[in-house]
Amino acid sequence: MSGSSDVADLTRAGSDIPAGRNLAVRGVFFACALLTVLTTFGIVVVLFDGALGFFREETLFGLLSGVLGGVLAGSPAEAWAALRTGLGTQVTVREFLFGVEWSPIIRPRSYGVLPLLWGTMLIVVGSALIAIPVGTATAIYLSEYADRRVRKVVKPTLEVLAGVPTIVYGFFALSFITPIIQRFFPGTGTFNVAAGAIVVGVMIIPMVSSLSEDAMSAVPDELRNAAYGLGATKFEVSTDVVVPASLSGVMASYILAISRAIGETMAVTLAVGMQPNITLNPLEQAQTMTAYMVQIGISDVSVGSIGYQSLFAVGLLLFVMTLGMNLLSLWIKGRYQEAYR
Amino acid sequence: MSDSYTVGDERENEQDGAAADRADGRNVSTPDPVDETTGETTPSIQHIADADTVIEAADLTVHYGDVEALKPVNVRLPAQEVTAIIGPSGCGKSTFLRCINRMNDMVDAARVGGELRFRGKNVYDEDVDPVALRRKIGMVFQKPNPFPKSIYDNVAYGLEIQGYDGDMDARVEEALRGAALWDEVKDQLDESGLDLSGGQQQRLCIARAIAPDPEVILMDEPASALDPVATAKVEDLIDELAEEYTVVIVTHNMQQAARISDKTAVFLTGGQLVEFGETNRIFENPENQRVEDYITGKFG
Repeated sequence: MSGSSDVADLTRAGSDIPAGRNLAVRGVFFACALLTVLTTFGIVVVLFDGALGFFREETLFGLLSGVLGGVLAGSPAEAWAALRTGLGTQVTVREFLFGVEWSPIIRPRSYGVLPLLWGTMLIVVGSALIAIPVGTATAIYLSEYADRRVRKVVKPTLEVLAGVPTIVYGFFALSFITPIIQRFFPGTGTFNVAAGAIVVGVMIIPMVSSLSEDAMSAVPDELRNAAYGLGATKFEVSTDVVVPASLSGVMASYILAISRAIGETMAVTLAVGMQPNITLNPLEQAQTMTAYMVQIGISDVSVGSIGYQSLFAVGLLLFVMTLGMNLLSLWIKGRYQEAYR
Repeated sequence: MSDSYTVGDERENEQDGAAADRADGRNVSTPDPVDETTGETTPSIQHIADADTVIEAADLTVHYGDVEALKPVNVRLPAQEVTAIIGPSGCGKSTFLRCINRMNDMVDAARVGGELRFRGKNVYDEDVDPVALRRKIGMVFQKPNPFPKSIYDNVAYGLEIQGYDGDMDARVEEALRGAALWDEVKDQLDESGLDLSGGQQQRLCIARAIAPDPEVILMDEPASALDPVATAKVEDLIDELAEEYTVVIVTHNMQQAARISDKTAVFLTGGQLVEFGETNRIFENPENQRVEDYITGKFG
């Protein structure tokens, strides 16, 4: 058995590694991470509280301050009134989610969000019909067909497309796409669903193609070679091997793109219009949830009015939808990765 | 035989016997013992009768960019035998193998010169469709690479893309039996090929390669990623495959080449085919000094 002097000293005290620096670095990084977490938390609280105000007439914050104010002023009646207002029902969740009439400002008022949701869904479906086939085909081309020089030019160009400000896409829809639609379908208004769906579709193509291409490029060459070695054509290799093997990434790209289409604001505000409308006719105008929020945001509705409160309810619904989409994309990614790796 | 030659005597004798049996049993014409040398660069290439030639390289060269990966290769590979291609790393043995079914097409920088004839047709002719070529020449790769599909679909894939509309179940079973895998997987054909062990995966890849019934099977170090038990199974299988197919196998393992092959081609550094002939002769009495040095472990 060796004496203690022979045992290697591996303790921190015995080395010249400064103990404090590690902790400080860790602290700074943690603070940065905490900042985003807290911001997210703050946004969620504000959204929920604001939405509570829409359904309950008073936000939780307003309720508490009203009751507290009444108590402090020594007026139980005032506190009671505040409590009654705060616990009363202004709009039922049921009316909000299933009502087919949206008119929170102009009388007769009604608070059914379905027309807005419908407008958003028209954009989502329309843009997905464009972006998913075109984006997937682009990704396959870039990953499997294009030679290196072409890819070097095309991929950055696509990413530029992703960097164009969305308001510019809105102008593009108004000044370029809509006139073309009007040429084929005279009588189409300045604002229409089709132009919005097309322009959002173009906008999210890079998202689909770029993320899908990343996933396809990550498919090991051994799999491609296996298929080529059996006498598969390039197309067969792409559709039978590469796409199935990269399905998780490809699906995730679809969902992120759809999530982006749901949240897209400026382009659809400009292109689709401000008229809540449950329609199947893409040549009519409509209003998406986001466009409604723009409309109220720049209007002169007063803080605390139901029009103002409705912003939070619609915003919360949007948030829940995009959050759900992101979770779905994570789930798909995890699930398929298990099956294919 | 040199001192450092490490193949056990017993094994060697086995190999001798097997090769002799095969040659007798199937009337393979033995190479002309008289050396038909083809120039200075390839002094020891034995030629075989044309009728038994499946693959013939004529001044075949490959460049990767400016780098010469293969110096002019002239060789004829016989039908229904196992030809081993051995040599040190970077000697061009895989490059040569990949010329045969034009897998080098996938490498942008690769340029092929000379001719590589498959049954007399230069596969680098303008009018050759590499897809059609690869349907006649199956390939098994270094790393087992089953598709992320079921075992059944893996084996059926080659037939499917060729538009086979006969009894698929029978062909899949036949191929799996041919790859000595049927008994192990017959109850789990719907399960993913990736759930198999490494050795089973490689045999699945062999089943996949033989299912469309190609004429030639190329193997690029098929056992290098496998443990010794799985390697032995794959080697036994290669032996059986040679009864039906022409097998060309690249291996860095000389003992393996000695065990399983009828003919051996030795590539040495610089992408040069230095010697080709009967495996026994190459291992026991190589003509080229560098080949002898390589085989006896003096370098490489």
